[in-house]
Amino acid sequence: MQLIEPRANPSRTMRWLAPPLAILLTLLVAAGIFALLGKPPLQAFYVFFIEPLETSNGWSELLLKASPLILIAQGLALGFRARIYNIGAEGQLLLGAICASGVAIYTDGMEGAWILPAMVLAGAVGGGLWGAIPAWLRTRFQAQETLTTLMLAYVATYLLSWLVSGPWRDPSGTNFPQSILFAEPAMFTPLFEGLRINASVYIAAALVPVFWLFVAKSFMAYQLAVGGEAPAAARYAGFSANRTVWVSLVISGAAAGIAGAAEAAGPVGQLTLSLSPGYGYAAIIVAWVGRLHPLGIVLAGLLMALIYLGGEAAQVSMQLPAAISWLFQGMLLFFLLGADAFVDFRLRQRKEVTA
Amino acid sequence: MTSSRPDPAPRLELLHISKRYPGVLANDDVSLLVRPGEIHAVLGENGAGKSTLMKIIYGAVQADQGEILWNGRQVQIGNPAAARQLGIGMVFQHFQLFETLSVVENIALALEGKFDLRALASRVREVSAKYGLPLEPERLVHSLSVGERQRVEIVRCLLQNPQLLILDEPTSVLTPQAVRSLFATLRQLASEGVSILYISHKLHEIQELCERATVMQGGRVTGEADPRQESTASLARMMIGRELPVCSATPYEGERIPVLELRGLSYANDDPFGASLHEIDLIVDRGEVVGIAGISGNGQAELLAALSGEVPSAASCVLIDGQAVGHLHAGERRDRGLAFVPEERLGRGAVPAMSLAQNFTLTAHRQRELRRHGLINLAGARQWAARCIERFDVRCAGPQAAARSLSGGNLQKFIVGREIMQAPKVMIVAQPTWGVDVGAAAFLRQTLLDLARSGVAVLVISEELEELFEICDRIAVLAAGRLSLPVPKEDTDAEKIGLLMAGTQQQAA
Amino acid sequence: MIEYLVPVLATTLAAATPLVFAGLGELVTEKSGVINLGVEGMMLIGAVAGFAGGLHWGVAGGLLCGALAGALAALPFAFLTLSLGTNQPATGLALTIFGIGLSAFVGQYFVSQSLPGLQPLIIPGLAEIPLLGPVFFSQSWVVYLSWLTFAWLAWMLARTRWGLILRAVGESPEAAHAIGYPVTAIRYAATCFGGAMAGIGGAYLSTVYTPLWVQNMTAGRGWIAVALVVFATWKPGRLMLGAYLFGGMTILQLHAQGLGVELPSQLLAAVPYVATIVVLVLISRDRKLLQLNLPASLGKPWIGN
Repeated sequence: MQLIEPRANPSRTMRWLAPPLAILLTLLVAAGIFALLGKPPLQAFYVFFIEPLETSNGWSELLLKASPLILIAQGLALGFRARIYNIGAEGQLLLGAICASGVAIYTDGMEGAWILPAMVLAGAVGGGLWGAIPAWLRTRFQAQETLTTLMLAYVATYLLSWLVSGPWRDPSGTNFPQSILFAEPAMFTPLFEGLRINASVYIAAALVPVFWLFVAKSFMAYQLAVGGEAPAAARYAGFSANRTVWVSLVISGAAAGIAGAAEAAGPVGQLTLSLSPGYGYAAIIVAWVGRLHPLGIVLAGLLMALIYLGGEAAQVSMQLPAAISWLFQGMLLFFLLGADAFVDFRLRQRKEVTA
Repeated sequence: MTSSRPDPAPRLELLHISKRYPGVLANDDVSLLVRPGEIHAVLGENGAGKSTLMKIIYGAVQADQGEILWNGRQVQIGNPAAARQLGIGMVFQHFQLFETLSVVENIALALEGKFDLRALASRVREVSAKYGLPLEPERLVHSLSVGERQRVEIVRCLLQNPQLLILDEPTSVLTPQAVRSLFATLRQLASEGVSILYISHKLHEIQELCERATVMQGGRVTGEADPRQESTASLARMMIGRELPVCSATPYEGERIPVLELRGLSYANDDPFGASLHEIDLIVDRGEVVGIAGISGNGQAELLAALSGEVPSAASCVLIDGQAVGHLHAGERRDRGLAFVPEERLGRGAVPAMSLAQNFTLTAHRQRELRRHGLINLAGARQWAARCIERFDVRCAGPQAAARSLSGGNLQKFIVGREIMQAPKVMIVAQPTWGVDVGAAAFLRQTLLDLARSGVAVLVISEELEELFEICDRIAVLAAGRLSLPVPKEDTDAEKIGLLMAGTQQQAA
Repeated sequence: MIEYLVPVLATTLAAATPLVFAGLGELVTEKSGVINLGVEGMMLIGAVAGFAGGLHWGVAGGLLCGALAGALAALPFAFLTLSLGTNQPATGLALTIFGIGLSAFVGQYFVSQSLPGLQPLIIPGLAEIPLLGPVFFSQSWVVYLSWLTFAWLAWMLARTRWGLILRAVGESPEAAHAIGYPVTAIRYAATCFGGAMAGIGGAYLSTVYTPLWVQNMTAGRGWIAVALVVFATWKPGRLMLGAYLFGGMTILQLHAQGLGVELPSQLLAAVPYVATIVVLVLISRDRKLLQLNLPASLGKPWIGN
């Protein structure tokens, strides 16, 4: 019945081999699916993973998609280390976008270099507050953050939907549920002529080393890890469990909020219903695939961005639904979790049959 | 009468049983023979392979090699249900009961046949009356005392009309009085022809109860004897290859000053499965070891959490050096000179997946400059952990070894060492030698004694009475959340302590 | 007002039925000590499979296909968490993401189609009772099926050996293993049962309630079902109560104007999610109640020895 048994010591090899292995298995299954649909797998892989990177526009889009994923995943990974499962980063991202857009909308027509930083700050505050609610509910009432963060993500979606179809709808526009287009002071400047890539990617680039330093060197990160691995040991050491919850949820909320602000003020340029293609959920997978390690997350974020781009390309050139990228994301996480089991466990050794 | 009959086939015979786990040979060519109606001891220290052997007999684990003969017939015991079918019952050391279910539901789960709880309840009453094991079938297990839970386990076995009953360390949670009544039940069963396999590391119990003993060490059988004919010393030699080590205690010469004080400490537990504490008073002086005896579940966990600061209380209930610290959390109390070794080594005293260096930081970061400007000093932690490993003879791969890779005894030495290196004024230790081999246990006890004599107030909470009598100067008993007055150990004995452990009526009277 | 209340209550029962199925299923899974956060994904897979089945074999066939698909969808989760001991919340989340993707992928073929739905099965006699009759006894047969399922499960959990074994495994897999129960196999069964029930819930949405396939049509009902199990403190009766409470809230926006509520429909649509949080807070405050009923091993990986 039982397949596995504990290893005497966890395998370091498996720890780093698991993500590439999971990617490989996902690709194999994907090839099977493509073949089943009558699309030659190699061509499909080409469309999915190579074609998007053949143009400078492709690279621009890759970095644009990777930076929110990386930023959100860095925050989530902190919490995951402490076994605080914030799965509602999507909601925190939307709140960040909403708050940043509020600044943009109410300062429309004004000039000033302070507008953009104010938007990013508003995004961080909005996301942080949206993360603080489940933190309060957990520390005050012991309500599980898994469910509350997710429910708040739905609430954020409806809040956004109300704002863009009600109070903040572009009065001069058609009846589409979207806000006005932001003015220039409320937008990140493009880095290259003709490409969408803009200065918002610097935010993620600047924050990665900060997260790395925090995780590798800070006493707070050590406390988070102890709290996650052994909550009783954290209590024994006198680490505050409530602080762990607050730090995890507020930091990850603020990171997601900044990502949302950067989306609104960057590639999107207004507040719309389709502001995020599920970055908040995909970032959960990015965090796991990146081993909760700041540098691993950068690689995983780039990979996930490529899956997004490939999904869009496949939609156009192969008539596959864009949701196929969710399918691959789910499989990737399945395979990763499965491969991860072999870090601490190994296949049960067959017993010698005695005569 | 029995002698005129031909010698019946042995009830159980094990031939050349071997079982290997990753990295250990748990059983190495073990043979064993139990006759009908015989009370047979399996004697050995922690880690000798007794429990693995019993699990093989009970079908919970499969042997890699060897044969099992049951009433003279070769059998394969694939799972516990098959063992029960044959007539083998087992009373586990860590009770295998379901807390939220009633006594009769627990028993029903182990029985086959028609599912009729009412009929079963009356059978439970019958059997428990016959063998002197009083039980109320409708009560929920979590409301039972440890002794009552053991009765549930025994009755559960008896209802299956066993021919062989295995008891794994059954007395570790019983008062001396309860041990006597258990022995009476076992003798009654044996007289009815039930064979009994009695697993223990307590020599005097085996000498009192058993007719034969198989002694194990390091997974091998090292001897067979009639324990009634042997001396404690000769049994010990078979068990550990030498005499049982003893601690040496010199009287404390320094000034007696109270260091740790509890004043009317009460705690109302909102955990339905936990215990509450009532008006606990206690003083521990510098230089002495005070022991708290009692069976776990009587408030031990709650008292420890209140002492360590994991669950803070009113400020004036706990004092260190005369200062109120009851409101402080665990870290702040460490700053005031308190050190604590919890019962659970993995997961509380140490983080299983982290290295010893990281685990050293767990409590030492306050005193040892392992934290500066919010950053962690891992190089420093490695040095300190290495010093701890050397000074306290911790056998491991070095400061980078994960805590969970250490044996129980070595991890305990590391944790005790880490706490001692904080130069505490008060040291609180729970179950210092639980699950530790004899050598390490003696080392730990001596370490605690020496620590006290160097001027530290030491408080030990233990279920092992012998241990408390060996190292403590004064002993109190925690029962039903109340603490008795500590008395010098010269003025009491196991019998008196046992009465206190059994309940509070004796105190009130 | 009364005339208005009858259709509101009747639609409440219909709207709550997916929550009843999915919630009861998750309740059984959690009783065995396994927490599966993949309910949303399994419901979606059930919904799309149910719709496909419904096109060919009608509602009954659709529900059966949904159940089968839901149980199959639970299998990879069961394999990972029970045989390989992976983290249950993370694996459940993977199942949800996978289910969203798979259902959207398969569902692209059904986007523009619709099903006839079901006529109510009016129970003679009972349906004539004033007020109660039109609310309770003029429903589709699937609603009656959900009541039968509830009654059967409540009886099974409280009165039979099976129920006792399930509770035992959920409380202490070690003890259940020690006295000889195949813990992992039992948990596999409970997890797949939960998947099948979630699948039926999803299939009901796509074949009876809507009745058409829309991407992401469960809209968080799977997550609400998970929350309901906590709210119900793992008791089937309370789960029914909670399901109907939430069923009422999900249709609030449809009836809001008639009931005189003047709020934007988007904010009304957010009410069930806010209510879920409120309910979780209320129930989580009562730690004693939760601890007494919580399957003690819930969410803890257990690999036999």
